[in-house]
Amino acid sequence: MFDGASAELLARFQFAFTVSFHIIFPAFSIGLASYLAVLNGLWLRTRDETYLRLFTYWKKIFAVAFGMGVVSGIVMSYQFGTNWSVFSDKAGPVIGPLMAYEVLSAFFLEAGFLGIMLFGRERVGDKLHMLATFMVAFGTLMSATWILSVNSWMQTPAGYGMNEVGQFIPEDWWKVVFNPSFPYRLVHMVLAAYLTTAFVVAAVGALHLLRDRSDAEARRMFSMAMWMAVIVTPLQILAGDQHGLNTLEHQPVKVMAMEGHFDSHDHGAPLILFGIPNVEEKRIDYAVEIPKLSSLILKHDLNAPLAGLDTVPDDEEPPIAIVFWSFRVMVGLGFAMLGVGLWALWRRARGRLYEDRWLHRAALMMGPSGFVAVLAGWVTTEVGRQPWTVYGLLRTSDSIAPVEAPAVAASLIAFVVVYFFVFGAGTYYILRMMNKPAATRHLGLRDGPVRAAGITPTQQVSHDTSVLD
Amino acid sequence: MEFDLAFIWAGLIAFSVLTYVILDGFDLGLGILFPFAKSDRDRDVMMNSVAPVWDGNETWLVLGGGGLFAVFPLAYAIIMPALYMPIILMLLALVFRGVSFEYRWRTTRWRKVWDAAFFGGSTIAALCQGIALGALVQGIEVSERAYAGGWFDWLTPFSILTGVAVVVGYALLGAAWLVMKTAGEVQAQMRGFAVYLGAATLGLIGVVSLMTPFQDPVYLQRWFNLPGSLWTMVVPLLMLVLTWRFFASLKAEKDHEPFFAALGIFVVSFIGIGISFYPMMVPPSVTIWQAAAPDVSLGFALVGAVVLVPLILGYTAYAYWVFRGKVDPEEGYH
Repeated sequence: MFDGASAELLARFQFAFTVSFHIIFPAFSIGLASYLAVLNGLWLRTRDETYLRLFTYWKKIFAVAFGMGVVSGIVMSYQFGTNWSVFSDKAGPVIGPLMAYEVLSAFFLEAGFLGIMLFGRERVGDKLHMLATFMVAFGTLMSATWILSVNSWMQTPAGYGMNEVGQFIPEDWWKVVFNPSFPYRLVHMVLAAYLTTAFVVAAVGALHLLRDRSDAEARRMFSMAMWMAVIVTPLQILAGDQHGLNTLEHQPVKVMAMEGHFDSHDHGAPLILFGIPNVEEKRIDYAVEIPKLSSLILKHDLNAPLAGLDTVPDDEEPPIAIVFWSFRVMVGLGFAMLGVGLWALWRRARGRLYEDRWLHRAALMMGPSGFVAVLAGWVTTEVGRQPWTVYGLLRTSDSIAPVEAPAVAASLIAFVVVYFFVFGAGTYYILRMMNKPAATRHLGLRDGPVRAAGITPTQQVSHDTSVLD
Repeated sequence: MEFDLAFIWAGLIAFSVLTYVILDGFDLGLGILFPFAKSDRDRDVMMNSVAPVWDGNETWLVLGGGGLFAVFPLAYAIIMPALYMPIILMLLALVFRGVSFEYRWRTTRWRKVWDAAFFGGSTIAALCQGIALGALVQGIEVSERAYAGGWFDWLTPFSILTGVAVVVGYALLGAAWLVMKTAGEVQAQMRGFAVYLGAATLGLIGVVSLMTPFQDPVYLQRWFNLPGSLWTMVVPLLMLVLTWRFFASLKAEKDHEPFFAALGIFVVSFIGIGISFYPMMVPPSVTIWQAAAPDVSLGFALVGAVVLVPLILGYTAYAYWVFRGKVDPEEGYH
C-alpha cells in the first residue's frame, strides 16, 4: 500500500490524519461547553424547563464527543515523540512548557469537573453544579489558548535563542507565548469553534422544526443558534481578514499560495476567485479574477505591488494546489454561513423564523459546514507553512524521528482502521441521539434508572459472563 | 541557595507517573476484570464506580508524557521512538477503552462489542505499560542524542514478564477498588479474586526484582551504595508490613484497607524502581541532568506546577469526595 514512501511522508500522513480527526472534537466541544454553561445559567435564572431539557439533551451528546476528543488527544501528546523526536528534542525547551501548562491548567480542570457536571447535580446542588459546568467551559478555552500559542510559535517563532547542541532556548517567555500570530489565530479558532457548534445546534433545531413546528426546544435552540450565526459570522470574517494581514507580514509565501499568485504584480495584484492551479507551468488555468482587488484587500491600496511565488526558491514553497483550494473552501463556507444568518434575521424580523421551511432545510444542510471550514482552515495554515515545522528555522525533513518506514506504515494503517471504526461508531451514536427530539426522556437507551430493584429480566441472566464468547 | 531544578522535576515527573499508575491502575484493572462479572448489571455497577473519575485519572498520563516533553525533551525524544510499538498499541488500546464508557450505554445490539473493547483495551494498555517499563529497565541504545536501536528491541522475555506483572497488579487494584465501592455479590466475588491476585502480584514482583540485576549489574550496586543502605532495608520491610495488612484486612472483610494496602504495595515497588534507576533518566547512559531542558524552561514550568498541582490535587480529591461511598445500582447513567 505504501511501497516506496519514505518514513517522513508516512509520518506526515499520520500526523495529518490523527490531528484532523482530533480537531473535529475540540472544535465542537469548545463551543458546546460554553453553550451548556449558558443553558444551565439561563435555566437557573429563569426556571424555564425548556432550558433544562436542552441542557440535559446536549449534555449527553457532549459526553460522547468529549470522550472521543480525550482519547484522540492523548494520541497527539505522544506522537510528537514517536514520529517527530528530533523536533521534540530541539523545540521541546520552548513549546514543551507551554504544553505542560495546557495539561495543568486546562485538561485537569475539564476532567476534574466533567464528572460533577455529568453526574453530580443531585449530589452537589445547583450552585456547585453551575460552577462545575462553567469550569469545564473555561477549561476548554484555556486548552485552546495554550495549544494555539504553541502552534503559533511554530508559525511565527519569537523570543528564542539557540544553544550549542542546536536546541531552541527560550529567552523571553512573554514573546514566546504572545508571538506575533497568536492573538489572531486564537480569536479566529475560538470563533470558528463557536460557529461550528452554532450550526450543529441550528441543524438539529431545524430538523425537529421540519418535523414539528411547535417543538418548544427545537424553536429555542434554532433561535439561539441563528442569533449566534448572524452576530459571530461577521466578526469571524473580520478576524479572518486580520489574521490574513498578519500572515502576509510574517509568512508571505503562505499568502502567495492561498491567493494563487505565481507571478509578482508591480501595479496591483488581481484577486483570483476561481481557477485551477497548474504547478508544472506555474500559472492558474481558467482563472476568474477581479483586477487589483487582492492588493486592495491585502495592502488597502489598488496599485500596491505584491510579490509572487516567482520570488521564492522552489524548495521553500508549500504544496500550492492544496493551500489554494482549502482556502477557497473555508472562505466560501464562511460567506454561506453569513448568508444563512442574514436570511434568518430577515425571517425573524417578519415573524416567520419558525415557519420558513426552506430556511430550515438550508440550516440542516449547513450542519456540518463548521467542521469542514475548520478542517479547510487548518489545512490552509498547516500545509501553507511547509516545508517547515518551525517556520524558516527547522525543516520538516530535519524533524523526523529515527523510525523505519515499515513501523510508521503499520501504525498509520492501524490508526486509519481504528479511527474510522471507533469514531465512525461514535458519530453514528451522536447522530442517533440528535435524531430524537430534545424532550425525549431516555435518549441513550439506558441512561435513567434502568429497572425497579430486585427484578432482573431473564435476558440479563442468560448472558452471564459471555462477553467474550 | 541554588535549586537543582532538574532533580526537582525528575521528582515531579516520577510523582505524576506514580499518581497515574495508582489512579488509572484501578480503573484499568476494573476493565481487566470486566468479563469475569456475573451479569450485565454487575458490569453496569463496576463501570459506574469509575465513570465520574476515569477521565481525570487518565490526564496524569498526559502529564507524564507532556511533562517529559516539557522538561526532559531529550529523554522524550529517545524513549518514544525506542518504545514505538508498545506506545502506539497502548494509545490505540486506550482509544477503545475510553470510548466504551459512553458507547456501551448508547446501543443494545453492540453493547457486547463495547464491553469487549473495554476489557481488551484495558488489558492491552496495561500490558504495554508493563512492557515499556521492562524495556526501560533493560536499557535503551543511544548515540548522538537519538535512539540507535531497532524497532523490536523492546521485545524480550523480561519485558513480557513485566508486562504480565503490570496486568496482574492492575487487576489487583481493580478488585480491591471494587471491594471498597460495591456491596453484596460483586463485593464478595472481588474479595475472592483479590486474594489470588494479591498472591500473584507479590510473586511477580519477587521474580522481577530477582531478574533486574541480570539486566544490568549496576542496579544491584545502586541498592548497596546508597548512604547507609538505609533504603535497602526499608523497602522490603514496608513490603512485608503491607502484605500482612492486605491479607489480614481482606480476611477480616474490611472495605477500605485492602485497597489502600494494595496502593501501598504499588508505591513501595515504584520507590524500588526509583532506587534502581537513580540517577539515570534513560538507562543505561542518559542522566537526569543530561536529559533536562535548560533552566529557563524548567523554572518557567515549575512556577506553574507549584501553583497548579496542589490545586489539581485539591479538586481531584473533591471529585472523589462527591462520589464517595458505595455505588448505588439504581442510580443509572447520566
